[in-house]
Amino acid sequence: MTTPSGHIHGTDVKVSKDLLAAIGGAPTSSTELVVDAQHVNKWFGKLHVLQDVSLEVKRQEVVVILGPSGSGKTTFIRCVNHLEKIQQGRISVNGHLIGYREVDGRLVEDKEANIARQRQEIGMVFQRFNLFPHKTALENIIEAPVQVKGMARVEALEMGKALLQRVGLAAKADAYPAQLSGGQQQRVAIARALAMKPALMLFDEPTSALDPEMIGEVLEVMKELAREGMTMIVVTHEMGFAREVADRVVMMDEGRVVEEGTPEAFFSNPSNERTKSFLAKIL
Amino acid sequence: MQFDTTELISFMTNWSVILPALLTTVLMAILAQVLGIALGLVAALAGRSRNPVVHGIATVYVWIFRGTPVLVQILLLYFGVPVLLGGIDPFPTTYGSLPTLIGGAFVAATLALGVNEGAYMSEIIRAGILSVDAGQAEAAKSLGMTPRKTMSRIVLPQAMRVIVPPLGNEFNNMLKTTSLASVITVTELVMVAEMRYAGTFKPFEPLVGISIYYLAMTTVWGFVQARIERKLGAGLNRNDDEPGFWSRTLSVSRGAPHSGGMR
Ligand SMILES: Nc1ncnc2c1ncn2[C@@H]1O[C@H](COP(=O)(O)OP(=O)(O)OP(=O)(O)O)[C@@H](O)[C@H]1O
Ligand SMILES: [Mg+2]
Repeated sequence: MTTPSGHIHGTDVKVSKDLLAAIGGAPTSSTELVVDAQHVNKWFGKLHVLQDVSLEVKRQEVVVILGPSGSGKTTFIRCVNHLEKIQQGRISVNGHLIGYREVDGRLVEDKEANIARQRQEIGMVFQRFNLFPHKTALENIIEAPVQVKGMARVEALEMGKALLQRVGLAAKADAYPAQLSGGQQQRVAIARALAMKPALMLFDEPTSALDPEMIGEVLEVMKELAREGMTMIVVTHEMGFAREVADRVVMMDEGRVVEEGTPEAFFSNPSNERTKSFLAKIL
Repeated sequence: MQFDTTELISFMTNWSVILPALLTTVLMAILAQVLGIALGLVAALAGRSRNPVVHGIATVYVWIFRGTPVLVQILLLYFGVPVLLGGIDPFPTTYGSLPTLIGGAFVAATLALGVNEGAYMSEIIRAGILSVDAGQAEAAKSLGMTPRKTMSRIVLPQAMRVIVPPLGNEFNNMLKTTSLASVITVTELVMVAEMRYAGTFKPFEPLVGISIYYLAMTTVWGFVQARIERKLGAGLNRNDDEPGFWSRTLSVSRGAPHSGGMR
């Protein structure tokens, strides 16, 4: 989304405004391209899971990735924060090469400490939430700011509480993940990622593991984030979200990007046969 | 031949001999177990390393120390290492200012038991780490945590629940395995029993006597272990609103991946 007023219509917003205010406003930087992936190729053994995938995401843009199961959507966004290695191509986030550094014109894998530092500016939200079960909601949120950034505990607690408030869970600060519903856990997971003040948020089917009645509350938080100008790549099967929030929709199939466009063009007038049959199945 | 109860009681209450022997046994077991946990942790982490040399060392360590009798390891350390070192004796009868209880034989036995235990603890800790969902480490990494922080803050605390029950069994075992130290003249329980019947020609009574003491020690430990495990599993049998972490999250499977016997 390019303007905060955007094309979002007033749905029943349950979360309070200003999610990003809790972390001091939307991140800004001079680099216009937040994600710059060029000709990415990846194999799992013999399986060519990513085939010459290129994707550019501008600051404050929301890109939704669609595609059938096994098309490589998860693999691709995991490459963006180097949870997966790539064999060819390059991925930069905020102008920095991710996971690799250039030595004599060749790319070699970077040191763990450097990779860890780069991941600080890339938030990730998982399908299965992956909250730390031995920590409360609030402790989950402050863990990385305190342990990784060395933020003072009092300061982190204050920020953590503000974030929980923003995702509508102020009352659940001391609850353990097992005491929260799936939707609540996912909202805590989003808050946890935001606590690192990321420049980019990656979502891998964030609502797929949720009961239908909880999907809305999570999508609401994500819409609010988008409205406030967070740069996002979202893998989802929620077509409503894609239509409403995405600036661009990317269709993947068998490891390739087969179609890309605005939601309007993509849904009303798909040009690719694969896209047509995929949409026919899913809509 | 008759069982001489008076001899049994006389042996068991010969405090000037029994108390140092009990202390030696318990101290040796605790020190060896602590050493074993430390080595086991190092070996388990090394075993996960992508560096083939580091990984290889850990593998060979576990292979050798689990594959040979601990009795032989004790003998090799006590008699073999001084030979290797030439003139220097790392295990003299006493170490100057240290109490006589902690002599060379005690140190050698404790080291050998600890190094042996490390090989077993390595496997237990490895199983504990593997029991933690891979998504946990990924979430930690995605937040910018280094592999080290990920392990110490996120993975190991969750692995504890799987590690602690077999660890308790290991210590029970260790209390009894210390008896092997008698072969290198450590004055622990078996040693004092042997010394007793060397003079009286009545082996039955002192052997029964030390069995009672071993049983007492393992029984007390059994209670302690149950307490610790109940703490870790808090919530399973408590009715309060906030069940403990361990039971809430990782419910089943309390089985030990390893249960030892005398090695
Ligand atoms: N760690 C792995 N090792 C081997 N093959 C893998 C691995 N992870 C994924 N794959 C394979 O790579 C392909 C792409 O998987 P990926 O999970 O990226 O698909 P996806 O588009 O996210 O699918 P879904 O919609 O089902 O989540 C699949 O064929 C999958 O089986
Ligand atoms: Mg997927």
